[in-house]
Amino acid sequence: MKKSYRGKITGPVAGIFALPAAVLIAASTCLASIGPAIPNIFKPESTPADSIYRLSLLVLSVTGAIFVIVFSLIAYAVVKFRGRSADGPEPPQVYGSNQIETAWTVIPILTVLILFTATARVIHAIQDARKPAGAIEVTAIGHQFWWEFRYPALGVVTANELHVPVSDPAHPSPTFLTLMSADTDHSFWVPRLAGKTDLIPNRINKMWIDPHEVGVYVGQCAQYCGLQHAKMLLRVYVDSPEQFAQWIQQEKMPAQTTDAANEGRRIFETTACINCHTVSGTVADGRFGPDLTHLMSRETIASGAAPNTPENLKTWIQDPDAIKPGSLMPAMKLTDHDLDALTAYLETLR
Amino acid sequence: MASDSIALNLVDHGARPIGDRLHDWIVTVDHKKLGILYILYGLIFLVIGGIEALIMRIQLIVPHNHFVSPEVFNRMFTMHGTTMIFFVAMPILFGFGTYLIPLMIGTRDMAFPRLNAFSFWLTAFGGLLLYYSFIGGSGLYGAGEAPDVGWFAYAPLTARAFSPGHSTDFWTLGLLVSGFGSIGTAVNFITTILCMRCPGMTLGKMPLLAWLNLIMGGMVILAISPLTAAQTMLSIDRYLGGHFFDAQAGGSAVLWMHFFWIFGHPEVYILVVPAFAFASEIIPVFSRKPIFGYPVMVGATVGIGFISFSVWAHHMFTVGMSSYGNTFFTVTTMAIAVPTGIKIFNWVGTMWGGKLQLKAPMLFCIGFLFQFLIAGLTGIMLGASPFDWQLSNSYFVVAHFHYVIVGGILFTIFAAFYYWFPKMSGRMYSETLAKWHFWLFLIGFHLTFDFMHIPGMLGMPRRIYTYEPGRGWEIWNLIVTIGMFFQIAGVIAFAFNLLWSAFKGAPAGNDPWDAWTLEWSTTSPPQEYDFAKVPVVRSRRPLWDLKHPEDPDWKYDQ
Repeated sequence: MKKSYRGKITGPVAGIFALPAAVLIAASTCLASIGPAIPNIFKPESTPADSIYRLSLLVLSVTGAIFVIVFSLIAYAVVKFRGRSADGPEPPQVYGSNQIETAWTVIPILTVLILFTATARVIHAIQDARKPAGAIEVTAIGHQFWWEFRYPALGVVTANELHVPVSDPAHPSPTFLTLMSADTDHSFWVPRLAGKTDLIPNRINKMWIDPHEVGVYVGQCAQYCGLQHAKMLLRVYVDSPEQFAQWIQQEKMPAQTTDAANEGRRIFETTACINCHTVSGTVADGRFGPDLTHLMSRETIASGAAPNTPENLKTWIQDPDAIKPGSLMPAMKLTDHDLDALTAYLETLR
Repeated sequence: MASDSIALNLVDHGARPIGDRLHDWIVTVDHKKLGILYILYGLIFLVIGGIEALIMRIQLIVPHNHFVSPEVFNRMFTMHGTTMIFFVAMPILFGFGTYLIPLMIGTRDMAFPRLNAFSFWLTAFGGLLLYYSFIGGSGLYGAGEAPDVGWFAYAPLTARAFSPGHSTDFWTLGLLVSGFGSIGTAVNFITTILCMRCPGMTLGKMPLLAWLNLIMGGMVILAISPLTAAQTMLSIDRYLGGHFFDAQAGGSAVLWMHFFWIFGHPEVYILVVPAFAFASEIIPVFSRKPIFGYPVMVGATVGIGFISFSVWAHHMFTVGMSSYGNTFFTVTTMAIAVPTGIKIFNWVGTMWGGKLQLKAPMLFCIGFLFQFLIAGLTGIMLGASPFDWQLSNSYFVVAHFHYVIVGGILFTIFAAFYYWFPKMSGRMYSETLAKWHFWLFLIGFHLTFDFMHIPGMLGMPRRIYTYEPGRGWEIWNLIVTIGMFFQIAGVIAFAFNLLWSAFKGAPAGNDPWDAWTLEWSTTSPPQEYDFAKVPVVRSRRPLWDLKHPEDPDWKYDQ
């Protein structure tokens, strides 16, 4: 009787051990087999994200050690002191011990001091970093449910796909972002480049990144901002210095259109499109929606919700809810002919 | 210490018509009936909040799922959070407090029985008002009925420009009404505990449950007031042309965050301190030892109470506070780990050298210890503000606070159910079913909330109704949803067990656990007057003294 009772209890206790072990194994395989498309906070490619990553390693090892010690204590107590029967004499009645209480007060205080000091250094290093001379300045404005990016010193306005130069540690060219909101709260989060910072109306926030590797980094809005919060996606293109200079050159130009697209241009300029969208060099100067001057230079539309293909553009114009329910873009309800002409015009906006 | 009933039994309940008996429950001012009403009310909303969670988890099982629309999803997470905090956790914890405090301090009712009933009905009507929004409200453009602004309802999404209908008003008024109920209950707890203890029960001889509820009561009064103020300001903004939170007119969205979180963070401790109270009563009895370090446990809880009012802006590390602000809230947040750690150590110290009886209440308490440890450690990670800049508002945070609320608080609530069920109903529950409940729920809990940390670290934000494939999130969301079904199975075992045992369980007797506090000295269920003779106590464990006259506690200077 006693023996079977004992076996019955040890099994479950082993089960409690197995659960976190399984999680740890799963987590490590997951983190080891990570592709570049995955916005993993443990694959930093920029100084702020990297400082956080290093801090997280310290925090994880300290908390991991505490976990192992305290978990072992609890598990040992459960296995060792489980009562075989309710009968028999009561165990010795112990009310406490001042020495032990002191020990398990002082040791946690020291641990907290270590973690706090390390954390305070990282806070200071990231938040109070000086802006070097070669820094790029971008103003990011959150809208329901898309991102506006303005490069005031360079005269460029774009949307949803932020282009920044790669930053060589020898000659740093970080990007400093000024964050604002046109409506509700949003949050700028590209995990491999930096922690998130909120975009709040009537408030100006700052953050910076200095990506070390050329490539595309994905993220999305991280503060609930309304109905379509989920599809307020974000892409950061890190270009080589040459690519970036070329991109800036291209984006600064006014819209170049061909005569063949004149009909579409007329439709664009005589419907509600121009109330919300800008195409520089034309009468369209709305600011409620994304700037379309170089629409075709972007790989996605609807804030990353769909690839920028002619088919998707047509769907988006006719029925935005099909791609992004609750988007503030109205359904334009054009005839097929007008829709084709309008799309042909948009496709010239390179 | 008399357990005999007195000849004051005026009415024979069994013989009265059902209408009269229901009427008794409606007009009752008896703390035991009100406690049970609170608990049943919380359980009903637990089912509703659970269904809302299930709808969200089915939607997220695969990317680009179309199970529900974004509108419905947004309502579900708003209502799930609001319901579980205000209409499940608080009523159940208040219910146990209302039921147990007079019994444990040896008195016959709360200090203000009518206020007690009034508070319960305010809470009840607050919940009904919130849910009436499903019929009567309308929210964000095109969104329809129930509140859909998130449970912390950040400005300016709650402004009429973005939330033109009435759904936000149902949320505001529902919480305002139930908030007054919470304050009433807190006043009652504090007064009862300070003024109504039986002869001999000095503050230092009170059961820990009474101590912790006293501290919780103080926190409720301090924390609910700013929430009430904020809800009033929001209503002024929405209907009387105020601009407190209206950024377009110079108001501040961040002001709402401060108001909400100076309530919101202490609220976590308002919920977890009564949960600590359950663990502090149950672990000693099932370890057959007194609580280890009683004065330290009280001191640590008072410490938690104070520090919890200085940590609120750790919910706001990403709003662009200065580096000094972030540093300050990092140190306070980490500091609160010290008293919390001390409590965990003391519970382990209580088990150490004991004779553990692994019955359902104790199993749930062991689960609580283990899970609360992890919740505390992920809390330290989130307290390191730069780490929080990555983890904040991601699924890591969702996993963390569910570890606190489900893994910590709900596990001790289950423990409390099994521990005090024999006292409340007079009958024993089925230990076999309770074990099924424990293991199913434990497995479900870990499948759901362990794996939920991972998508957060891979960049998945919370409150998104769908997500892009190819970001490494699919498998984790699948596992998380599967875990939920185990949890549901566990809760079904729990509900069936309580229902069946309430009518068919074996009689429990006065003291089925061979326990030591005063509630076990009276009948199960207790008579309306609780105690035939008001007891007199000489130590923290009056029933131990009674059962061990050769070795009573009062002989030792505790």
